[in-house]
Amino acid sequence: MKRITGMLLVVVGLAGVLWADTLAINGAGASFPNPIYTKWFSEYGKKNPSVQINYQSVGSGAGIKQVTDGTVDFGASDGPMNDEQLKAFQDKHGFPILHFPTVLGAAVPTYNIPGVTVALNFTPEALVGIYLGKITKWNDPAIADVNKGVSLPANDIVVVHRSDGSGTTFIWTDYLSQVSPEWKRKVASGTSVNWPVGLGGKGSEGVTGQVKNTPNSIGYVELIYAVANNIPYGNVKNSSGVFVKADLASVSAAAAGKAKTMPDDFRVSIINPPGKTAYPIASFTWLLIPSKFSDAAKRDAIKGFLKWMLTDGQSYAESLSYAKLPKEVVAKETKAINSIQ
Amino acid sequence: MATTTTTVPSAGPVAGSRSFLSRLRDGDEIARLVTFLFAASVVLLTLLLVFELWQGSALPRHKFGFNFFRTSVWDPIFDQFGALPFIYGTLVTATVSLLLAVPLGIGAAIFLAELAPARISDTLEFFIDLLAAVPSVIYGLLGVFIVVPLMRDYVQPALKNTLGFLPLFTGPTYGLGFLTAGVVLAIMVIPYIISVSREVLLSVPRDQREAALALGATRWESTWKVVVPFARGGILGSIFLALARALGETMAVTMVIGNTPIISSSLFAPGYSIAAVIANEFTEATGALYTEALIELGLVLFILTFILNGLARLLIVATSQRGGGTGHA
Amino acid sequence: MSPRLRWRKFVSGFMLTMTGVCALVAVSVLFFILGYLVYHGGTSMSWSFFTKLPVPVGETGGGMANAIVGSAKLLFLASLIGVPIGFFGAIYLAEFSGGTTAFVVRYAADLLNGVPSIVIGIFAYSLVVLPFKQFSTLAGGCALGVMMIPITLRSTEEFLRAVPNALREAAMALGASKWKMIATVIVPAAYRGILTAILLAFARVAGETAPLLFTAFGNEFWSPGWNQPTASLPAMIYKYAIAPYDDWHRQAWAAGLVLLGLILIINIVARAVLSRGIAVPRS
Repeated sequence: MKRITGMLLVVVGLAGVLWADTLAINGAGASFPNPIYTKWFSEYGKKNPSVQINYQSVGSGAGIKQVTDGTVDFGASDGPMNDEQLKAFQDKHGFPILHFPTVLGAAVPTYNIPGVTVALNFTPEALVGIYLGKITKWNDPAIADVNKGVSLPANDIVVVHRSDGSGTTFIWTDYLSQVSPEWKRKVASGTSVNWPVGLGGKGSEGVTGQVKNTPNSIGYVELIYAVANNIPYGNVKNSSGVFVKADLASVSAAAAGKAKTMPDDFRVSIINPPGKTAYPIASFTWLLIPSKFSDAAKRDAIKGFLKWMLTDGQSYAESLSYAKLPKEVVAKETKAINSIQ
Repeated sequence: MATTTTTVPSAGPVAGSRSFLSRLRDGDEIARLVTFLFAASVVLLTLLLVFELWQGSALPRHKFGFNFFRTSVWDPIFDQFGALPFIYGTLVTATVSLLLAVPLGIGAAIFLAELAPARISDTLEFFIDLLAAVPSVIYGLLGVFIVVPLMRDYVQPALKNTLGFLPLFTGPTYGLGFLTAGVVLAIMVIPYIISVSREVLLSVPRDQREAALALGATRWESTWKVVVPFARGGILGSIFLALARALGETMAVTMVIGNTPIISSSLFAPGYSIAAVIANEFTEATGALYTEALIELGLVLFILTFILNGLARLLIVATSQRGGGTGHA
Repeated sequence: MSPRLRWRKFVSGFMLTMTGVCALVAVSVLFFILGYLVYHGGTSMSWSFFTKLPVPVGETGGGMANAIVGSAKLLFLASLIGVPIGFFGAIYLAEFSGGTTAFVVRYAADLLNGVPSIVIGIFAYSLVVLPFKQFSTLAGGCALGVMMIPITLRSTEEFLRAVPNALREAAMALGASKWKMIATVIVPAAYRGILTAILLAFARVAGETAPLLFTAFGNEFWSPGWNQPTASLPAMIYKYAIAPYDDWHRQAWAAGLVLLGLILIINIVARAVLSRGIAVPRS
């Protein structure tokens, strides 16, 4: 009995000591970029074994809250923090929080309709109608008219949205608000809205899972989730009237306009931009980094990661269907890293 | 010096007859103090918990008052928080689960207490206790991969075709929703109903049964009309216990209920429960009002389970005493 | 035999058979769950499940090594908190306390027992996570420990009370002080029951997920020390089950089997320990 206790205590002591020299950094937030973030942190960890960056995909809303509360070292969000949230952080910590764009992604309408494997065309009106609950059947004229040649069943549409606070929701509702005054009035945009209809899935993972398992459903997720799980996703009509498929080219085209006019705080929306080839529901996604760190080791590790992310890291983006940052943005960000103290 | 008497209370012989100093020397006072501190820490923890829940929900309590329980809008953007959809969802899923679990559970308990020979009864009870030990997340896992497809592809369409004229069984069949959550919860609470009811039924004195049989009742009539009514307080207590468990279930519910804060008359509709919304939204509730609204929901859940558990215990104890005490004519 | 009697006999036979069916259904659910988990979990288990860390999203070949170790650390810490408080508190209730104090303590313990686990999670978040500004194994262990307390306390108290007074009187007659009597006579006499109580409390919190969601949080890597977030088996099952990746589903089944297997084994062992009887003196 005494021997067992002794051994246990040794194990406990070891547990405390063994990894004592690993610098553990914790981040949490958006599920939109989770595939590339987990890839990045894994690769960076391999190159820098003394640094371990643990990222949890819990949704942009949670990321913002937790970095503000200080329970994680950095956050991540696809909906930039609004002025109120920025002020809340500043008030609580005494210094501002910085946004660092990492990649460009797209929110796509993904669906599971028995018998339909092609990419459907969606007009803004169709998407608004579906999510407002006004368009209830798949063979509604609003959808069928722009998809001639596809036989759509007369089944009820099962709408899926996010149940957690989500930057993807922000992107999606931002788009719906911009194309529909009715949506803007009734629901508005945010990371967590009062959805008129639909089921809630947790995380982009949850929504993808729901759509995959539920016939006649539609959901909005980041492009890679639909691609990696082989579920069809639709083309969306952009501001120039062209039905555009979300891919590297169309997402980069969406950012092209704003790349040169990127504001200093990097908060910008590229929703529904001008341009014939631009995908209308694309967005930057940001890491939320406090501008001051009391722990010098953490600060240096994070700055090191950011530098790596802007150079080597970008090369991982395209294989995961995220578009690289425009080079003007990269240049501007590299300078901004120096403002982290 | 007083001598210790031979009739001692169940806590052991009273040591008060020895002098304080001798007790101190023997280490008894220290032992008493140390163990008292541990026991007191339990009380302190509980008080702290209640305090944290109460303080932590101050903002919405002052802002919304009782309207919190009457409004059904949960809108974090516009700072509107109404608890009605969650209370509705919690109560509906719990009701569905009891409707399914109570008949099954009491039936099984009757079998185990009245019919089965002791060895079989004990063995089956052993397995049923194991069922109670299965964690919630595993029920959730099975719910997502087995129950939801079953409901969506077979059960719900069948119900819709046969009973679709009732508002309860209308609407699209997602597979997720109140009904599925109710079914999963039913499986989770059955063991509680069975084990407590079985014990209570076993404690009913034999002469009750024998009197009924002597008067010409069939086995079933003696059970159903005499034994069960005698034990009905304890059986009701087991139902309250099951209800308390069902109300507080988090993981299994959030994985199958659809996570949508709406109130619908259809059981096929997706909904939300108090525990599920706290689990989903607590880590992301930005702003004090949002966080504290969730804590207030936690407070509501706490009070509900507190009342139910208290009632349950009273009923079970009262029935057992009745059975063991003056059950004879 | 009159038709009415025939009917009543029929009803009796029928209803009693139905109760048998009810019992059968209830028990077969358990076997169904076990069988399903063994089938799906068993076929998904592999060496890499137990030894590898999770890999980036979308890639295959990862495992849950960190979750298994994380759960072990959490449960260890929970026991460190739950067992002493439950054990010593029970000794106070059974051996030292008067009526009112005992009532208050028992009432508080029963209250704590009935608190839904998600509310305990909120409690641990405000008490441990916020002040330390850190999700951690410590916070998760505290949450689980608080849940262990009432179970350990009440069960241990019952087993201590069940020890016959004859033992107590004999010890006192031999001149033992109270604490010596407790330590050398009563506790050893009740040790089987106490062990059962601890094992059952342990099994109960081993499967808890909700309180870990905002205390231990989650970790893709090993969790160093006690003050960092950690992965845990139940939380991983939740995360992987609701995701769309088939590889994750397979891992969730395997983890479910491991978790359920562990819990069932502890339960069976606990009951076996108890059924071998509490030591009583030969009268």
